[in-house]
Amino acid sequence: MPQLTMAKALNEGLRKAMEDDPKVVLMGEDIGKLGGVFRVTDGLQKDFGEDRVFDTPLAESGIVGTAIGLAIRGYRPVCEIQFDGFVFPAYDQIVSQLAKMHARSKGTLKMPVVVRIPFGGGIGAVEHHSESPEAYFAHTAGLKVVSCSNPVDAYFMIQQAIKSDDPIIFFEPKRRYWEKAEVDTSMTPDSLWGARVVRPGTDVTLLAYGPMVKTCMDAATAAEEDGRSLEVVDLRSMSPLDYATVFESVRRTKRLVVVHEAPSFVGLGTEIAARVSEELYYEMEAPVLRVTGFDTPYPPSRIEEEYLPDLDRVLHVVDRSLAY
Amino acid sequence: MPAKDSPLATATETTPVATSSTAGPELVQLLTPEGERVSHPDYDIDLTDEEYRGFYRDLVLTRRIDVEATALQRQGELGIWAALLGQEAAQVGSGRALRPQDFAFPTYREHGVAWVRGVDPLRLLGLFRGVDNGGWDPIATRFQLYTIVIGSQTLHATGYAMGINKDGAVGDAETGEATIAYFGDGASSQGDVNEAFVWASVYNAPIVFFCQNNQWGISTPTANQTRIPLYQRARGFGFPGVRVDGNDVLASYAVTRKALDDARTGQGPTLVEAFTYRMGAHTTSDDPTRYRLASELEAWKLKDPLERMKAFLYKQQIVDNTFFESVEADADELAARIRKGCLEMPDPDPLSMFDSVYAEQTPLLAQEREEFGRYLAGFQGAHA
Ligand SMILES: Cc1ncc(C[n+]2csc(CCOP(=O)(O)OP(=O)(O)O)c2C)c(N)n1
Ligand SMILES: [Mg+2]
Repeated sequence: MPQLTMAKALNEGLRKAMEDDPKVVLMGEDIGKLGGVFRVTDGLQKDFGEDRVFDTPLAESGIVGTAIGLAIRGYRPVCEIQFDGFVFPAYDQIVSQLAKMHARSKGTLKMPVVVRIPFGGGIGAVEHHSESPEAYFAHTAGLKVVSCSNPVDAYFMIQQAIKSDDPIIFFEPKRRYWEKAEVDTSMTPDSLWGARVVRPGTDVTLLAYGPMVKTCMDAATAAEEDGRSLEVVDLRSMSPLDYATVFESVRRTKRLVVVHEAPSFVGLGTEIAARVSEELYYEMEAPVLRVTGFDTPYPPSRIEEEYLPDLDRVLHVVDRSLAY
Repeated sequence: MPAKDSPLATATETTPVATSSTAGPELVQLLTPEGERVSHPDYDIDLTDEEYRGFYRDLVLTRRIDVEATALQRQGELGIWAALLGQEAAQVGSGRALRPQDFAFPTYREHGVAWVRGVDPLRLLGLFRGVDNGGWDPIATRFQLYTIVIGSQTLHATGYAMGINKDGAVGDAETGEATIAYFGDGASSQGDVNEAFVWASVYNAPIVFFCQNNQWGISTPTANQTRIPLYQRARGFGFPGVRVDGNDVLASYAVTRKALDDARTGQGPTLVEAFTYRMGAHTTSDDPTRYRLASELEAWKLKDPLERMKAFLYKQQIVDNTFFESVEADADELAARIRKGCLEMPDPDPLSMFDSVYAEQTPLLAQEREEFGRYLAGFQGAHA
């Protein structure tokens, strides 16, 4: 079994999707010869040609807008947005057009468009390169929003996303691009929409997605030394959201801490807290708590470690949950 | 898809075809790559010896800021650096064309403009070191904060210029005000930039759109952004466009000066395309060997903006060796100051991220600040 980084696993997943379906095309800034700034598309233009893997002009609205037209024409475009902070010029096309086309056409127009976005902080970047904009998209009906947290999921989820007839915003945790795992490409993947218990536990459920899954795993390992058993659930899909798996976990642990890099105010954690309280109010021992980025602009990189939830902050809030 | 090897194969007959090292006959030039002073019917200027020397000094100091910053990045002192290597003349020339009352809207690479605008280079380094997202007072310097999101600042510059019109601050050749918006060849594709052209044209805004066509937007060649020379785009929007040799500091100065003066006297916008070359990587994170040939860089090295000015000064016999020595000494001193200042630059207080988010602090942020302050203090207690 090959050891792949997440970036390489995505690359292999894209390659497989392109081999499986000649209608799959990749488009974005600097994805051809350069292979993308994170090298996720490395070598694909060389192997599939400039018709199927192409560098676009520098305009994100153009990237997504033309992807919509290509989809109407029967293609399955996979758009790369170079960094999270640069998706906003395309926001209008994504929210007003891409998300609504299927409903408006009563299903006549399928929108099998994937918008790949490297997201999140932790790489010491300058402004606009560390954003976590997932809530803006999850809030929009008609879009599906997913994030991989490890190379195995990266390999399969990107292929599943491309096969889906719905438009998908595919968030890639950029600071985990270089983490490795063995990827068995012959296995049958889980559903793209399902959350997954990645570490069973009994005392508190930690719920995360993308980059924070590893942070939660580390926290669970550290907590174990103190005799605490934390369950970690990888959400994987933010929209639709697999509440069945979340409820099942929280029914057992009776405590839930949601962890994400994005700010707390009207974030994914807010939605999850509301639903879980509605469903499990009488069974819980503590309110749903959140560990998130602060409600500030993403700070300069020299203090980003203070902004980002880390092991200490997660355990601090776990303590609070257990203290109820 | 445009074929990569024949970038402008389909350009129209009347369009002078420009490859990345030949700009075409329309290029305004006052100084040849060999340092020969040539004249131009529309853009001739008279400069004193002192001014010539001043241009050269700024070119050298600007390059030294850039080289020192690149070295500091390599040594881990900056997170990243976007080098301006090769673009010194376009920036120093256009920057020196600004009058004190004019306002500049830069991208993230305008270190040379910042220098002539009087922004301390250390403030630029602060951004790339990751201690600040702003760094200087844009009102005091009349040099707006760097803008990383491609193209956005062209609309801000246009709006500012509309404000100048509303204030009636155009008309006078001396006191009239103008703005300049910097952007790149890649940026020319952004919707924002094209909207800025429309607005500026419709409102006859006093603005110069200064496009540094350095032939590349990361790995993407200019031919992937446009099929006609960029300066010709202006005509479709209803204002003049001109292509200047961006490696010629005198021409860059003269063309920008005229465009700014046209703007300040109420004649509306101009697009200046400064034809130049990004001699370094896109940023220190980039590896240009993946997408461009070394021979291209070699061809452009023959047009180096500093070398030609140096050759000119020698030929004019308006300098001697002590001049060059004193410029070198100034550069060494500046580099040493930058290095020291960078190494001594303190990290921001973590709690500062909660400040200045709003003009009027919100209860939520005040609470988060308070709680996080207590959380951090708890650690200090534990370690003490
Ligand atoms: C809206 C947006 N999209 C993408 C990027 C990433 N990016 C940074 S610089 C750059 C290329 C810019 O090229 P150009 O406008 O020619 O300026 P240059 O870097 O050559 O000075 C890209 C794509 C960005 N900063 N903003
Ligand atoms: Mg460029």
